[in-house]
Amino acid sequence: MSLRLFVHQLRSEQLLFWRSKEAALFIFIFPLLLFVLLGSVYNGTIYGVPAPQALLSGLIGYGCANTAFAGLAITLVIRREQAILKRLRATPLPASTYVAAMLVSTLVVFALQTAALFGLGRVLYGTPFPSAVGSLVLAVIVGSAAFAALGVATASLIRSGEGSSAVVNFILLPMAFLTGSFGPTRHYPSFLRAIGDVLPLKYFVDLINAIYLRGHGIWTKPFALCVLAAWGLGGLVVAVLKFRWEPREG
Amino acid sequence: MSAIVVRGLRKSYGKLEAVRGVDFEIEEGEVFGLLGPNGAGKTTTVEILEGYRKRDAGDVSVLGHDPERPGREFRERIGVVLQQSQLWQNITVHEMHRMFAGYYEHPRDVGEVIELVGLAEKRDARVKTLSGGQKRRLDLGIALVGDPDLVFLDEPTTGFDPAARRAAWDMIRSLRALGKTVLLTTHYLDEAEQLADRVAVMREGTIVRVGTPRELTTTDLDVEIRFRRDGEDVVVSTTEPTRVLHELTAEALARGEELERLEVRRPTLEDVYLTLTGDDAE
Repeated sequence: MSLRLFVHQLRSEQLLFWRSKEAALFIFIFPLLLFVLLGSVYNGTIYGVPAPQALLSGLIGYGCANTAFAGLAITLVIRREQAILKRLRATPLPASTYVAAMLVSTLVVFALQTAALFGLGRVLYGTPFPSAVGSLVLAVIVGSAAFAALGVATASLIRSGEGSSAVVNFILLPMAFLTGSFGPTRHYPSFLRAIGDVLPLKYFVDLINAIYLRGHGIWTKPFALCVLAAWGLGGLVVAVLKFRWEPREG
Repeated sequence: MSAIVVRGLRKSYGKLEAVRGVDFEIEEGEVFGLLGPNGAGKTTTVEILEGYRKRDAGDVSVLGHDPERPGREFRERIGVVLQQSQLWQNITVHEMHRMFAGYYEHPRDVGEVIELVGLAEKRDARVKTLSGGQKRRLDLGIALVGDPDLVFLDEPTTGFDPAARRAAWDMIRSLRALGKTVLLTTHYLDEAEQLADRVAVMREGTIVRVGTPRELTTTDLDVEIRFRRDGEDVVVSTTEPTRVLHELTAEALARGEELERLEVRRPTLEDVYLTLTGDDAE
């Protein structure tokens, strides 16, 4: 893989992302907006820490699923159905370079968003910056990879461009609610909690909570890491089997 | 030296035989037209040559490569305009060209290419503000920015108004001036006649005729002699127009009549095309 091509494509992806106002607004701004809204609604403490800090932790989870899963899935479906992927295949840009640049570009957006969440929390609600930074960075990378694999898998299963954003949000928003991204779930009925317990976002939020709220290292949560990795691998298998570069005929 | 050699090419989609044994050869620097109605197998043939599809049978060589194993060197040398593709809407004409130029080892100057396809005035316009014809020129621009030796144009003017078509034709002619080999598909006769050095007429997955536009119109079909007699149109089809016309005029002169609306009509490419592809082709 040529580094020059990778850097070129990464810059192209960044240009395309930020130039598309809808994507930038929905993917980048929306989780920040939710943080401000929820932060002004909840009072007192959650999980034994001030409410805004716990909400911030959950919204990192939502942001990850929103950026790496939803954003990537919708972008891929649109590019496939508009034959952009097909057109790119006719150029010397290797598929591996293209995929790598897209994933890293997604990670860059999510990393900036996470930094913005911490900045916003500090300014508005006096939330602390994370202490276990290394673990946090690692968790963000693992989470992004898992959700990106699920995003590519979902894109492979969606058949048309028109419905893609509806389908993806139909998965994303309930998942975020059920897994505590928008606030604690302990008062939810038990069957809703049971659904939440099998979803990958639950384990990513667990990881972030342990790291950010309690200052633990990422390795103190091996089970959460394993479940997240399993979901990611499952997504990868579906993606490899089902991914298409071309729109459906007719 | 041949840019493209195709021998016994076959391709089926399930039970549908899209391409049923196609042979042709395209010389370097030639503009070659694949002409035929929708569903004749043109796009399937072109997409096999571009490296998008695997063939079921036959030998194919494109610039000395087998397009079923399209390596980087192959991709560097071809330019592709797909029948349908929507590019990114929110970046400018210049940014789009620069993005594609970055994929190639030895790209052409981006400003030059934009000039060549007539988008200099739209250099900093977002893609979404371009007209349909301008978007098609953008497609051509990014196909040329890698400085390819061979350019595939799949129905480059479908859906254009007449002025936009003329402009596109001028551009495609300029490709010949640059020494590019061009494989063009079209279902417009006049387009093939205007642009192609040689035309292959396709029907139901086979090539029914290959030749220069002139060769296609000087073979087979009879010349028609038309006139009006006693208020009725008379059409005489003949392979010997000189003799028949002489007899007809001699006869009319002998009777002291005028052959009203006398006309001698050579077959057009359209006549040949309709005969070759069948009247119910569309």
